[in-house]
Amino acid sequence: MSDATALPAAAAPGQPPQFYDLSGRHHPQNGTLLGFWLYLMSDCLIFACLFAVYGVLGRSYAAGPTGAELFDLPLVAVNTAMLLLSSITYGFAMLSMQARRQAGVLAWLAVTGLFGLAFLGLELYEFSHLIHQGAGPQRSAFLSAFFALVGTHGLHVAFGIVWLVVLMVQVQRHGLGPENRRRLMCLSMFWHFLDVVWIGVFTFVYLMGTL
Amino acid sequence: MSLPTDPHAAHGHDGHSHDEHGGEHGPHEEAGHGSLRDYVIGFVLSVVLTAIPFWLVMGKVIPDPGVTAVVILALAAVQIVVQMVYFLHMNARSEGGWNLLALIFTLVLVVIVLAGSLWVMHHMNTNMMPMSPHEARNLP
Repeated sequence: MSDATALPAAAAPGQPPQFYDLSGRHHPQNGTLLGFWLYLMSDCLIFACLFAVYGVLGRSYAAGPTGAELFDLPLVAVNTAMLLLSSITYGFAMLSMQARRQAGVLAWLAVTGLFGLAFLGLELYEFSHLIHQGAGPQRSAFLSAFFALVGTHGLHVAFGIVWLVVLMVQVQRHGLGPENRRRLMCLSMFWHFLDVVWIGVFTFVYLMGTL
Repeated sequence: MSLPTDPHAAHGHDGHSHDEHGGEHGPHEEAGHGSLRDYVIGFVLSVVLTAIPFWLVMGKVIPDPGVTAVVILALAAVQIVVQMVYFLHMNARSEGGWNLLALIFTLVLVVIVLAGSLWVMHHMNTNMMPMSPHEARNLP
């Protein structure tokens, strides 16, 4: 509406002013998806800062354990597989949504949530194992940066699962109306975005830390 | 109604009708529009692009760690693009190009943050005066 221009001089006395839309349509039709994308980009900057911290401090072991000694790559590989599988099952939920199959959406969302929980469970097991070994976040700058980066990603996954459960209840109760479809699309972007961030984590932290 | 107001009204109505239908058929809802083919291609490519770096590192295929690091970083970059295209359905047209513009802007910032931090902190580390462990422990 801010593009509309009033020309009071052109309006005849006694008539309401006429408005002219001079710029035409250049706004996206669905502002929510663009807005959510902008949120994801700002989230991306948070992760960029944490990656930068890890890049700077990732070799500051303070005479403590190194990544090569701590990281269990087969476990990380299984973790990566869980997240990748959850990504494609969420894709199947979106395909069911496009076909308006509510039962399919709910089933695939449940599978996605289970893969997400498996990912979180493995990550928590890894964290507790590290802390039990005396390699907690307070041990060295490397471990502080590691826990901050991987923990922030895990926190995102945890909140993604909460969101997913809430959406399952919403879809169950209100069906696949435009609002719920919009919400499912936002969560889709969030979930796939977390998988994209995980690519950076397993490459930059785990694989390069083991080299 | 005079003539110039009519296009405006038509625009408003047009946009409204899209909202009412939730953009089911329009080109405006591309964020959620993938096909089974897209997802399967993206998944298979991602599996391959994940398996190769794990194999390279766990099997110590390349003797030089520096070369391995460059290769796995390149594979990660490729996989990020694959997932952006096939899972997030990024293209130059989604949301009238604003998605891509925001992404490019973010990537510029990410490169500045990462490269700048590593560069500055590396120089601070290398140019720091050498300090004995005793001195380090008794810092003011």
